[in-house]
Amino acid sequence: MNPFSSETRLRDMIRAIRACKTAAEERAVVRKECASIRAAVSDNDNDYRHRNLAKLMFIHMLGYPTHFGQMECLKLIAAPGFPEKRIGYLGLMLLLDERQEVLMLVTNSLKQDLNHTNQYIVGLALCALGNISSAEMARDLAPEVERLLQFRDPNVRKKAALCSIRIIKKVPDLAENFVNPVASLLKEKHHGVLLTAIQLCADLCTVSEEALEYFRKKCTEGLVKVLKDAVNSPYAPEYDISGISDPFLQIRLLRILRILGHGDADASDLMNDILAQVATKTESNKNAGNAILYECVETIMSIEDSGGLRVLAINILGRFLSNRDNNIRYVALNMLMKAISVDGQAVQRHRATILECVKDSDASIRKRALELVYLLVNETNVKPLTKELIDYLEVSDQDFKGDLTAKICSIVEKLSPEKIWYIDQMLKVLCEAGNYVKDEVWHGLIVVITNASNLHGYTVRSLYRAIQTSGDQEAVVRVAVWCIGEYGDLLVNNIGVLELEEPITVTENDAVDVIEVAIKRHTSDLTTRAMCLTALLKLSSRFPSCSQRIKDIVNQSKGSLLLELQQRSIEFDSIIEKHQNLRSALVERMPVLDEATYSGRRAGSLPAAVSTSQGNPLQIPNGVHKTAAPLLDLLDLSADDPAPQSSSGPNFLQDLLGGDILSSVSQSGTTQPQKSGADVLLDLLSTGSSLAQNGSSTADILSISQDNKNKTSVNALDSLSSSMANSAQSLPASSIMDLLDGFGPSPTVPNDNGPAYPPLVAFESSSLSLVFNFSKQPGSPHITQIEANFTNKSSDIYTDFIFQAAVPKKSLVMRIRISYKLNNKDMLEEGQISNFPRDL
Amino acid sequence: MKIHFVVTISRQGKVRLTKWYSPYSHKERSKVIQELSRVILTRGPNLCNIVEWRGFKVVYRRYAGLYFCMCVNQEDNELEILEIIQYFVETLNRYFGSVCELDLIFHFHQTYYILDEILIAGELQESSKTTVHRLIDAQDSLVEAAKEKENTVSYIIAQ
Repeated sequence: MNPFSSETRLRDMIRAIRACKTAAEERAVVRKECASIRAAVSDNDNDYRHRNLAKLMFIHMLGYPTHFGQMECLKLIAAPGFPEKRIGYLGLMLLLDERQEVLMLVTNSLKQDLNHTNQYIVGLALCALGNISSAEMARDLAPEVERLLQFRDPNVRKKAALCSIRIIKKVPDLAENFVNPVASLLKEKHHGVLLTAIQLCADLCTVSEEALEYFRKKCTEGLVKVLKDAVNSPYAPEYDISGISDPFLQIRLLRILRILGHGDADASDLMNDILAQVATKTESNKNAGNAILYECVETIMSIEDSGGLRVLAINILGRFLSNRDNNIRYVALNMLMKAISVDGQAVQRHRATILECVKDSDASIRKRALELVYLLVNETNVKPLTKELIDYLEVSDQDFKGDLTAKICSIVEKLSPEKIWYIDQMLKVLCEAGNYVKDEVWHGLIVVITNASNLHGYTVRSLYRAIQTSGDQEAVVRVAVWCIGEYGDLLVNNIGVLELEEPITVTENDAVDVIEVAIKRHTSDLTTRAMCLTALLKLSSRFPSCSQRIKDIVNQSKGSLLLELQQRSIEFDSIIEKHQNLRSALVERMPVLDEATYSGRRAGSLPAAVSTSQGNPLQIPNGVHKTAAPLLDLLDLSADDPAPQSSSGPNFLQDLLGGDILSSVSQSGTTQPQKSGADVLLDLLSTGSSLAQNGSSTADILSISQDNKNKTSVNALDSLSSSMANSAQSLPASSIMDLLDGFGPSPTVPNDNGPAYPPLVAFESSSLSLVFNFSKQPGSPHITQIEANFTNKSSDIYTDFIFQAAVPKKSLVMRIRISYKLNNKDMLEEGQISNFPRDL
Repeated sequence: MKIHFVVTISRQGKVRLTKWYSPYSHKERSKVIQELSRVILTRGPNLCNIVEWRGFKVVYRRYAGLYFCMCVNQEDNELEILEIIQYFVETLNRYFGSVCELDLIFHFHQTYYILDEILIAGELQESSKTTVHRLIDAQDSLVEAAKEKENTVSYIIAQ
């Protein structure tokens, strides 16, 4: 016999396919088989249609395309006999899905079959309809199905009920038609019908509010009684599962009672007794019993409170937690998360067990337990919990570390009772899993460090130790480098030693060693190296004896292929060499970073223009790739890198404005998506907006240092913005005056907006004159833009021109100092401007 | 409760049964099966039978060389699904008499018939095993009767 003719029996074909040793062989067999089936299809062969469809289904299950068989299904369904219809409907469900249009052709056959006298054929049609009908079919055939809800045979009634579920899902408007039939179905005795009717009822309630109300009023009592009967029913072998009589029915009843009782005190009252009975009497040594208990707990949690029941429920969950069965524990953890909102205290009692679950060998359980722990942590238990979690961090799996680290950092940040504890915990986490830590986390750490001024010494020493042991964790290196740069003098001179510290001696060279190692390590990335350079600059000022050595290290990056590093090293080298007078002012201690501002910005709530207690560092990005960290810019700016390219004379202003700015300004514009629509250049010019930019791209230009004398020095080369006040928020101790050099073309402030003020001759000497032009933007009357025009009255060239201005808090007076070199002779002019227009 | 799909795969990753109650296109189906196979077949034996996958939960149980998996929503009762899987397998067992993988392969259409008597539209249809048997038997006898009728002489003459 030809193994591949349509006369082949199904099992022979299957045997032939299974006998194939390779995929290619199998493909060949399948191809031949499909060919013969296709031939039979086109011949309209009646005899073997049944068999061919079965073969086709098998081939489909192997994964091969079988579209040519779809019409065969239809023909078989249309045949009069039961066997044909049976396989036809099966083929329909297997080979087609609701999205295919061929399905519509079945509607007529379905309608006929739904009206058939043979209940099994009706059953077939209902099953197919329930599984794959489309919305149109559902709408067409809904009346038939509705009628069938009252068919004489329970088998059909239950199938009709489930089919109705699908109809309602596809066509929600038809829901109301089903409400009355369902109400009568709920009174039936047949378990199958009850089961399906309850499910239909549940779906109706979710779809329609009126249905919910109706069932709540009419059926709650009845359903409670049914549950009572089910729970108390004697042993019936037909429904017995693990000694419990029809757990499926009980579970569904519990579910519908949950829906009906939720939010309604009366309905909840009716259920109290039976829920208590189920919760206490159900056997929990087998899965079936636990499934019922689980559903019962869910219901108790959802309905209106009645004290005792909730306690019962949480006790059950507690028992689940210590069950050896993994599934039960998993389910309990899940439920406990919901229970926290209901009764947090009760859940806290199980904290120890939950903590154990975090260390479970099962990944699903670990994940759930960790989330639960996160919800449980509060001020009282944060310390022991964090300790446990960090201890576990050391032994946890790689793929779990990321989650665990994020959660620990989040907990520590939210709830740390004191700064020193926070710093300690974060250090531990960073040392253990620094590579999994997100940027915001270590940024936040630095913010906190700057705020804890009494802990600076302790912190920098701890970091020094940490970087020796955990130098492979990038985050540790970055934080350590920043701190050593910032607080190097505290480190070396053992300042601010706390009682609990062990003594440690660090020389200046040791500190520089650390940074040198960091910058040279091949695993350090751009951000780290850039931070190292900044730190080195700071140290060159703090440790003058190491200045030469530092200079050498910095020089090594001059030839770096990374633009950021190259630029920084060249600029810093220039400062170290030529601008010693500036250096100490540039790298003075960072002012405290405002925590509130930082966390606010992190939450994305702050607009771009923010001023904190430091000035407004301005950035001119140099095109290097920016990281996404919002605060990184501040940290990179900490070194207060100036960018006075060693140009001289008034020409440098032009350089700044003409060359780099226009190209770089567009980049800064792109990093400020918050600025709506404003002119990109204007963005650059408005103060504080630059804070939104990203750090690693900085060639930080503006250097602001805050000294106690309330004097702010502003490097005029850098200032491009031109606001008097930084932002709408309250000004810090000293307000910053940023001056726009009027050389550039369009970067100037649009002077034509707002009220006009007469220009002011701010300063006049024999060699120099300074004129201020004021303007205000129409939308922001509290911000004044000042354009300063310097005029060189002599015929000589001035080089190294520096303009400094300071404004005290109270009065609108400005002290200015201008220094420049005339024929290589240092000149200095000072003055005070107090004749600002009154109504400015 | 809504079961989105039922999948039975062998230890080697061969698919023995799939039933989809939610709309998944053919491409999506193969992708789903691939992903699930990878996730489930690599799980150790002592781990819990619930896997979180793509925002759903997949409850599975292993019987000899076969994994029976059902995908449900997050809020569904996983323990009950385990019971449903057990119920299905026990019914198969009773029907085929000590069911083994070959039964599912060579009599796949009967497996589907049984599944269709237990689940419709992703919901449970009947909680009594005897009823399910009775219905399947009745339908099988209809098929037998029709076959016999075809083989009688009178029928052949009538054609």
